[in-house]
Amino acid sequence: MANSHEVVETAQTASEYVQHHLGFLTYGKHADGTWGFAHSTEEAAEMGFWAINVDSMMISLLLGVLFLGLFRFCISKATSGKPGGLQNFIEIIVEMVQTNVKNTFFGKNDLVGPLALTIFCWIFLMNTMDLIPVDIIPMFAQWVAGDPHLYFKAVPTTDLNITAGFAIGVFILIIYYSIKVKGLGGFLGEFAFHPFGKWALPLNLLLELPGFFAKFVSLALRLYGNFFAGEVIFLVIGLVGYWQLPMHFGWSVFHILVVTLQAYLFMMLTIVYMNQAHQTTH
Amino acid sequence: MNLNATIIGQLIAFAVFVTFCMKYVWPPITAILEERQKKIADGLEAAERAQRDLNLAQNKAADELRAAKQQGAELIEQANKRANQIIDEAKDKARLEGQRLITAAQAEIEMETQRAREALRAQVAAIAVAGAEKILGHAIDQAANEELMNKLAAEL
Repeated sequence: MANSHEVVETAQTASEYVQHHLGFLTYGKHADGTWGFAHSTEEAAEMGFWAINVDSMMISLLLGVLFLGLFRFCISKATSGKPGGLQNFIEIIVEMVQTNVKNTFFGKNDLVGPLALTIFCWIFLMNTMDLIPVDIIPMFAQWVAGDPHLYFKAVPTTDLNITAGFAIGVFILIIYYSIKVKGLGGFLGEFAFHPFGKWALPLNLLLELPGFFAKFVSLALRLYGNFFAGEVIFLVIGLVGYWQLPMHFGWSVFHILVVTLQAYLFMMLTIVYMNQAHQTTH
Repeated sequence: MNLNATIIGQLIAFAVFVTFCMKYVWPPITAILEERQKKIADGLEAAERAQRDLNLAQNKAADELRAAKQQGAELIEQANKRANQIIDEAKDKARLEGQRLITAAQAEIEMETQRAREALRAQVAAIAVAGAEKILGHAIDQAANEELMNKLAAEL
């Protein structure tokens, strides 16, 4: 794909190619006060916080709807008798999630199962976008928009905003259920009075608070880092001419593992953190 | 890499999708799974029960068969005994009948002989009288010689 791309964009250097692929289709307020799409990464950065990455948001929503739609479609035809092919597939996923929740989460909360299922399937689908050759979706978007310079990023999990959105959601749930189960005092007490008792309060805070925020970092940054790095390597492979074909194949095969593993990890960590939130003994 | 409002959009989408999943996806699927588990458990239990019933029925059938065989053997034995008895009875009866027939025949023969002898005796008396008449040339007074004739006939 990269070759054909380079034929069209003969002036584009390798670093420009990679840079271009790492940019987002950002919609926000320009420096001159008008609203519109950013035409360069610098422009996107100038838009500040109140801008939106239309590409990752759109694909994220599409995949979320795909996941829920597929499951709903299957449920509409599902029976408790002999399941068909698609129903079997979906049941395998749900049973996998259910087993993990049962083995890891010991509290009583009806939210954890659907939460874990949504996280696993949605992130899995987002990660799978990584296996589509890096130029196809951007080229399609450029063709649709009629703009050959359009920024378009196809893998939502390479956008820190998306992974952080997940992580913040989980984080809010952790805090909410911690306070609900242990009370505000109990929740704060965990930071202040463990592990060394109340006379070592500053030391306790020093030990516990980073651990608490590390949960957020381990959720958001690990997923983002894995897929950002994977994406960059796909782009670099895309630059090497015809030899990219076997290399793409190799890296994609390896990535099949990463795609599943990272989705599974995000799900498992969420379940573990939710379990900690429900655990009254520290 | 700059953080922007996408983070909020994703957060909202996440909340909405999880809620949807919690309301419309997770409960029906887990309900179906539970229902199937129950069905399978019921099926296995039913199979076990059927197996047990089958074993019982097989045992019962074997018992019945054995009893029937025994009964059959008894019946055959009885029948044989009865047949022998009947044969013996028939033999006895036949023997008795034969005996009776023989006795009757002998009695008849005796009777016939007797009768013949009587007839002969009567005729001999008549012949003797006739012969004597011829010899003596005149009729013998039958009444006078009656006793003599009878004596003669009795000697025959």
